[in-house]
Amino acid sequence: MKKLFAPLLILTAAMFAYAPVAIQNAPYESTMGLVQKIFYFHVPSWFVMFSAAGVCGIGGAVYLFTGRKVADRVALAAAELAVVFGLMGLITGPLWGRKAWGVWWQWDARLTSALVMWLVFVAYLLLRKYGGAGSEKLSAVLALFGMANVPFVYLSVNLWRTVHPKTSVVMTLEPEMGRPFLLCSLAFMALFVLVLAARVRLENIRAAVDELYVAIED
Amino acid sequence: MRREIRFAVFVVFLGLFTVSALGQQPPQPPEGFVPASSVQGQEHLPAAPLVITAYSVVWLLVFGYLWSIWRRIAKAEGDLADVSRRVSASQRR
Repeated sequence: MKKLFAPLLILTAAMFAYAPVAIQNAPYESTMGLVQKIFYFHVPSWFVMFSAAGVCGIGGAVYLFTGRKVADRVALAAAELAVVFGLMGLITGPLWGRKAWGVWWQWDARLTSALVMWLVFVAYLLLRKYGGAGSEKLSAVLALFGMANVPFVYLSVNLWRTVHPKTSVVMTLEPEMGRPFLLCSLAFMALFVLVLAARVRLENIRAAVDELYVAIED
Repeated sequence: MRREIRFAVFVVFLGLFTVSALGQQPPQPPEGFVPASSVQGQEHLPAAPLVITAYSVVWLLVFGYLWSIWRRIAKAEGDLADVSRRVSASQRR
Protein backbone atom coordinates (compact mmCIF):
# COMPACT_ATOMS: atom_id res chain seq x y z
CA MET A 1 0.00 0.00 0.00
CA LYS A 2 2.94 2.36 0.74
CA LYS A 3 4.09 2.17 -2.91
CA LEU A 4 0.57 2.69 -4.23
CA PHE A 5 -0.28 5.57 -1.87
CA ALA A 6 1.47 8.42 -3.76
CA PRO A 7 0.24 7.49 -7.30
CA LEU A 8 -3.28 6.92 -5.99
CA LEU A 9 -3.17 10.27 -4.18
CA ILE A 10 -2.17 12.06 -7.39
CA LEU A 11 -4.84 10.23 -9.39
CA THR A 12 -7.53 11.02 -6.80
CA ALA A 13 -6.53 14.71 -6.69
CA ALA A 14 -6.66 14.85 -10.50
CA MET A 15 -10.12 13.23 -10.57
CA PHE A 16 -11.47 15.63 -7.93
CA ALA A 17 -9.92 18.59 -9.76
CA TYR A 18 -11.66 17.60 -13.01
CA ALA A 19 -14.96 16.60 -11.37
CA PRO A 20 -16.45 20.17 -11.22
CA VAL A 21 -15.78 20.61 -14.96
CA ALA A 22 -17.39 17.25 -15.79
CA ILE A 23 -20.40 18.01 -13.55
CA GLN A 24 -20.82 21.46 -15.08
CA ASN A 25 -20.74 19.98 -18.61
CA ALA A 26 -23.34 17.33 -17.73
CA PRO A 27 -26.84 18.17 -19.04
CA TYR A 28 -29.63 19.37 -16.75
CA GLU A 29 -32.22 16.76 -15.79
CA SER A 30 -35.56 17.54 -17.46
CA THR A 31 -37.81 17.89 -14.38
CA MET A 32 -35.40 18.84 -11.57
CA GLY A 33 -32.98 21.07 -13.45
CA LEU A 34 -29.86 22.39 -11.73
CA VAL A 35 -30.52 20.88 -8.29
CA GLN A 36 -30.16 17.33 -9.71
CA LYS A 37 -26.41 18.03 -10.01
CA ILE A 38 -26.13 17.29 -6.27
CA PHE A 39 -26.53 13.65 -7.41
CA TYR A 40 -22.88 13.51 -8.65
CA PHE A 41 -21.52 13.83 -5.08
CA HIS A 42 -24.55 12.57 -3.11
CA VAL A 43 -24.69 9.02 -4.53
CA PRO A 44 -20.89 8.39 -4.48
CA SER A 45 -20.80 9.50 -0.83
CA TRP A 46 -23.37 6.74 -0.08
CA PHE A 47 -21.30 4.26 -2.14
CA VAL A 48 -18.37 5.02 0.18
CA MET A 49 -20.64 4.80 3.24
CA PHE A 50 -21.84 1.32 2.12
CA SER A 51 -18.26 0.19 1.38
CA ALA A 52 -17.07 1.47 4.77
CA ALA A 53 -19.97 -0.32 6.47
CA GLY A 54 -18.99 -3.53 4.65
CA VAL A 55 -15.31 -3.22 5.62
CA CYS A 56 -16.29 -2.44 9.22
CA GLY A 57 -18.61 -5.45 9.40
CA ILE A 58 -16.07 -7.84 7.86
CA GLY A 59 -13.33 -6.47 10.13
CA GLY A 60 -15.61 -6.93 13.13
CA ALA A 61 -16.47 -10.51 12.11
CA VAL A 62 -12.79 -11.42 11.60
CA TYR A 63 -11.95 -9.93 15.01
CA LEU A 64 -14.84 -11.79 16.69
CA PHE A 65 -13.96 -15.18 15.23
CA THR A 66 -10.14 -15.03 15.08
CA GLY A 67 -9.23 -12.37 17.64
CA ARG A 68 -6.86 -10.62 15.19
CA LYS A 69 -6.34 -7.09 16.48
CA VAL A 70 -5.46 -5.69 13.07
CA ALA A 71 -9.00 -6.55 11.91
CA ASP A 72 -10.40 -4.57 14.84
CA ARG A 73 -8.24 -1.57 13.89
CA VAL A 74 -9.48 -1.74 10.27
CA ALA A 75 -13.08 -1.97 11.53
CA LEU A 76 -12.64 1.08 13.75
CA ALA A 77 -11.10 3.09 10.91
CA ALA A 78 -13.90 2.07 8.52
CA ALA A 79 -16.60 2.96 11.08
CA GLU A 80 -15.27 6.51 11.27
CA LEU A 81 -15.34 6.77 7.48
CA ALA A 82 -18.89 5.41 7.42
CA VAL A 83 -19.96 8.19 9.79
CA VAL A 84 -18.18 10.96 7.85
CA PHE A 85 -19.39 9.91 4.38
CA GLY A 86 -22.85 9.04 5.71
CA LEU A 87 -23.08 12.54 7.15
CA MET A 88 -22.22 13.90 3.69
CA GLY A 89 -25.12 11.94 2.20
CA LEU A 90 -27.48 12.94 5.00
CA ILE A 91 -26.73 16.64 4.46
CA THR A 92 -26.65 16.73 0.65
CA GLY A 93 -29.83 14.61 0.34
CA PRO A 94 -32.16 17.05 2.14
CA LEU A 95 -30.64 19.96 0.19
CA TRP A 96 -31.62 18.15 -3.01
CA GLY A 97 -34.99 17.04 -1.62
CA ARG A 98 -35.96 20.57 -0.55
CA LYS A 99 -36.12 21.64 -4.18
CA ALA A 100 -37.15 18.32 -5.79
CA TRP A 101 -39.82 17.23 -3.26
CA GLY A 102 -40.59 20.52 -1.50
CA VAL A 103 -39.55 19.15 1.91
CA TRP A 104 -36.22 18.76 3.69
CA TRP A 105 -37.02 15.32 5.06
CA GLN A 106 -39.58 12.56 4.61
CA TRP A 107 -39.91 9.65 7.05
CA ASP A 108 -40.08 7.06 4.27
CA ALA A 109 -38.32 3.70 4.02
CA ARG A 110 -35.12 4.86 2.30
CA LEU A 111 -34.42 7.99 4.30
CA THR A 112 -35.31 6.44 7.65
CA SER A 113 -33.32 3.23 7.09
CA ALA A 114 -30.30 5.26 5.92
CA LEU A 115 -30.51 7.41 9.06
CA VAL A 116 -30.77 4.31 11.26
CA MET A 117 -27.73 2.74 9.58
CA TRP A 118 -25.73 5.94 10.12
CA LEU A 119 -26.80 6.00 13.79
CA VAL A 120 -25.55 2.40 14.20
CA PHE A 121 -22.05 3.52 13.20
CA VAL A 122 -22.27 6.61 15.42
CA ALA A 123 -23.17 4.21 18.25
CA TYR A 124 -20.14 2.07 17.28
CA LEU A 125 -17.79 5.06 17.66
CA LEU A 126 -19.40 6.15 20.94
CA LEU A 127 -19.06 2.61 22.27
CA ARG A 128 -15.37 2.54 21.32
CA LYS A 129 -14.74 5.90 22.97
CA TYR A 130 -16.72 5.48 26.19
CA GLY A 131 -17.32 1.71 26.40
CA GLY A 132 -14.18 0.93 28.38
CA ALA A 133 -12.44 -2.45 28.46
CA GLY A 134 -14.08 -5.15 26.36
CA SER A 135 -15.97 -2.73 24.15
CA GLU A 136 -14.09 -4.11 21.12
CA LYS A 137 -16.17 -7.31 21.00
CA LEU A 138 -19.46 -5.53 21.64
CA SER A 139 -18.69 -2.99 18.93
CA ALA A 140 -17.74 -5.80 16.51
CA VAL A 141 -21.26 -7.21 16.94
CA LEU A 142 -22.68 -3.73 16.35
CA ALA A 143 -20.59 -3.49 13.16
CA LEU A 144 -22.18 -6.74 11.93
CA PHE A 145 -25.65 -5.25 12.48
CA GLY A 146 -24.56 -2.10 10.67
CA MET A 147 -23.29 -4.11 7.71
CA ALA A 148 -26.50 -6.18 7.62
CA ASN A 149 -28.43 -2.92 7.12
CA VAL A 150 -26.67 -2.15 3.81
CA PRO A 151 -28.79 -4.36 1.47
CA PHE A 152 -32.01 -3.19 3.15
CA VAL A 153 -31.09 0.47 2.71
CA TYR A 154 -29.99 -0.09 -0.90
CA LEU A 155 -33.08 -2.09 -1.91
CA SER A 156 -35.58 -0.11 0.19
CA VAL A 157 -36.49 2.10 -2.78
CA ASN A 158 -37.45 -0.98 -4.82
CA LEU A 159 -39.21 -2.85 -2.00
CA TRP A 160 -41.33 -0.08 -0.46
CA ARG A 161 -43.14 3.00 -1.70
CA THR A 162 -40.86 5.99 -1.28
CA VAL A 163 -40.28 9.45 -2.71
CA HIS A 164 -36.62 8.65 -3.32
CA PRO A 165 -35.52 7.70 -6.89
CA LYS A 166 -35.11 3.95 -7.52
CA THR A 167 -31.77 2.12 -7.89
CA SER A 168 -32.45 1.74 -11.63
CA VAL A 169 -31.69 5.47 -12.08
CA VAL A 170 -27.94 4.83 -11.97
CA MET A 171 -28.02 1.93 -14.45
CA THR A 172 -30.15 3.83 -16.97
CA LEU A 173 -28.17 7.09 -16.99
CA GLU A 174 -27.58 8.72 -20.34
CA PRO A 175 -23.85 8.66 -21.32
CA GLU A 176 -23.58 12.46 -20.84
CA MET A 177 -24.68 12.01 -17.23
CA GLY A 178 -23.11 8.58 -16.76
CA ARG A 179 -19.53 9.64 -17.50
CA PRO A 180 -19.30 12.41 -14.85
CA PHE A 181 -21.09 10.11 -12.40
CA LEU A 182 -18.56 7.33 -13.04
CA LEU A 183 -15.69 9.82 -12.60
CA CYS A 184 -17.09 11.06 -9.27
CA SER A 185 -17.76 7.50 -8.08
CA LEU A 186 -14.18 6.44 -8.89
CA ALA A 187 -12.79 9.59 -7.21
CA PHE A 188 -14.79 8.90 -4.05
CA MET A 189 -13.78 5.22 -3.95
CA ALA A 190 -10.10 6.15 -4.43
CA LEU A 191 -10.45 8.72 -1.63
CA PHE A 192 -12.01 6.02 0.55
CA VAL A 193 -9.03 3.68 0.00
CA LEU A 194 -6.52 6.48 0.74
CA VAL A 195 -8.26 7.78 3.85
CA LEU A 196 -8.86 4.25 5.16
CA ALA A 197 -5.14 3.49 4.75
CA ALA A 198 -4.21 6.70 6.61
CA ARG A 199 -6.73 6.02 9.36
CA VAL A 200 -5.51 2.41 9.82
CA ARG A 201 -1.95 3.76 10.05
CA LEU A 202 -3.08 6.03 12.90
CA GLU A 203 -4.53 3.02 14.75
CA ASN A 204 -1.31 1.03 14.15
CA ILE A 205 0.80 3.85 15.65
CA ARG A 206 -1.54 4.08 18.65
CA ALA A 207 -1.29 0.30 19.13
CA ALA A 208 2.52 0.53 19.00
CA VAL A 209 2.46 3.32 21.63
CA ASP A 210 0.23 1.20 23.90
CA GLU A 211 2.58 -1.80 23.55
CA LEU A 212 5.56 0.38 24.50
CA TYR A 213 3.72 1.73 27.55
CA VAL A 214 3.02 -1.85 28.64
CA ALA A 215 6.73 -2.68 28.10
CA ILE A 216 7.75 0.27 30.31
CA GLU A 217 5.36 -0.78 33.09
CA ASP A 218 6.68 -4.36 32.94
CA MET B 1 -98.06 -0.30 -9.43
CA ARG B 2 -96.02 -1.74 -12.35
CA ARG B 3 -96.24 1.55 -14.18
CA GLU B 4 -94.89 3.34 -11.11
CA ILE B 5 -91.97 0.94 -10.83
CA ARG B 6 -91.20 1.36 -14.54
CA PHE B 7 -91.35 5.14 -14.10
CA ALA B 8 -89.01 4.99 -11.08
CA VAL B 9 -86.47 2.83 -13.02
CA PHE B 10 -86.70 5.28 -15.94
CA VAL B 11 -86.01 8.24 -13.60
CA VAL B 12 -83.02 6.46 -12.02
CA PHE B 13 -81.51 5.59 -15.41
CA LEU B 14 -82.14 9.12 -16.68
CA GLY B 15 -80.42 10.49 -13.58
CA LEU B 16 -77.40 8.19 -14.04
CA PHE B 17 -77.18 9.08 -17.73
CA THR B 18 -77.32 12.80 -16.93
CA VAL B 19 -74.61 12.51 -14.25
CA SER B 20 -72.29 10.50 -16.54
CA ALA B 21 -72.96 12.88 -19.45
CA LEU B 22 -72.12 15.88 -17.26
CA GLY B 23 -68.97 14.11 -16.09
CA GLN B 24 -67.80 13.73 -19.67
CA GLN B 25 -68.20 17.41 -20.46
CA PRO B 26 -64.95 19.19 -21.34
CA PRO B 27 -63.63 21.52 -18.62
CA GLN B 28 -64.75 25.11 -18.64
CA PRO B 29 -62.42 27.36 -20.61
CA PRO B 30 -60.51 29.91 -18.52
CA GLU B 31 -62.06 33.32 -18.15
CA GLY B 32 -58.62 34.89 -18.55
CA PHE B 33 -54.90 34.23 -18.10
CA VAL B 34 -53.38 34.58 -14.62
CA PRO B 35 -49.67 35.48 -14.38
CA ALA B 36 -47.70 32.89 -12.34
CA SER B 37 -46.13 35.61 -10.19
CA SER B 38 -49.54 36.63 -8.79
CA VAL B 39 -50.51 33.08 -7.66
CA GLN B 40 -50.53 32.90 -3.86
CA GLY B 41 -48.75 30.17 -1.92
CA GLN B 42 -46.44 28.96 -4.71
CA GLU B 43 -42.77 28.81 -3.88
CA HIS B 44 -40.00 29.67 -6.31
CA LEU B 45 -36.95 28.27 -4.59
CA PRO B 46 -33.68 28.95 -6.43
CA ALA B 47 -31.58 25.78 -6.92
CA ALA B 48 -28.13 27.39 -7.07
CA PRO B 49 -27.74 28.12 -3.29
CA LEU B 50 -28.76 24.52 -2.50
CA VAL B 51 -26.23 23.08 -4.98
CA ILE B 52 -23.46 25.41 -3.77
CA THR B 53 -24.21 24.54 -0.12
CA ALA B 54 -24.20 20.80 -0.90
CA TYR B 55 -20.80 20.91 -2.64
CA SER B 56 -19.37 23.22 0.05
CA VAL B 57 -20.45 20.80 2.78
CA VAL B 58 -18.80 17.89 0.96
CA TRP B 59 -15.50 19.76 0.51
CA LEU B 60 -15.53 21.05 4.09
CA LEU B 61 -16.14 17.56 5.48
CA VAL B 62 -13.42 16.02 3.27
CA PHE B 63 -10.78 18.63 4.10
CA GLY B 64 -11.81 18.83 7.75
CA TYR B 65 -11.55 15.07 8.14
CA LEU B 66 -8.19 14.89 6.29
CA TRP B 67 -6.84 17.67 8.54
CA SER B 68 -8.11 15.82 11.62
CA ILE B 69 -6.38 12.57 10.56
CA TRP B 70 -3.14 14.42 9.75
CA ARG B 71 -3.17 16.14 13.18
CA ARG B 72 -3.91 12.89 15.03
CA ILE B 73 -1.16 11.00 13.15
CA ALA B 74 1.33 13.78 13.98
CA LYS B 75 0.36 13.58 17.67
CA ALA B 76 0.53 9.75 17.72
CA GLU B 77 3.97 9.82 16.03
CA GLY B 78 5.14 12.34 18.63
CA ASP B 79 3.90 10.04 21.42
CA LEU B 80 5.59 7.05 19.78
CA ALA B 81 8.94 8.88 19.57
CA ASP B 82 8.60 10.01 23.20
CA VAL B 83 7.78 6.54 24.52
CA SER B 84 10.52 4.95 22.39
CA ARG B 85 13.08 7.34 23.97
CA ARG B 86 11.85 6.41 27.45
CA VAL B 87 12.07 2.67 26.65
CA SER B 88 15.63 2.97 25.30
CA ALA B 89 16.63 5.12 28.33
CA SER B 90 15.26 2.52 30.76
CA GLN B 91 17.09 -0.27 28.89
CA ARG B 92 20.43 1.63 29.18
CA ARG B 93 20.00 1.77 32.95
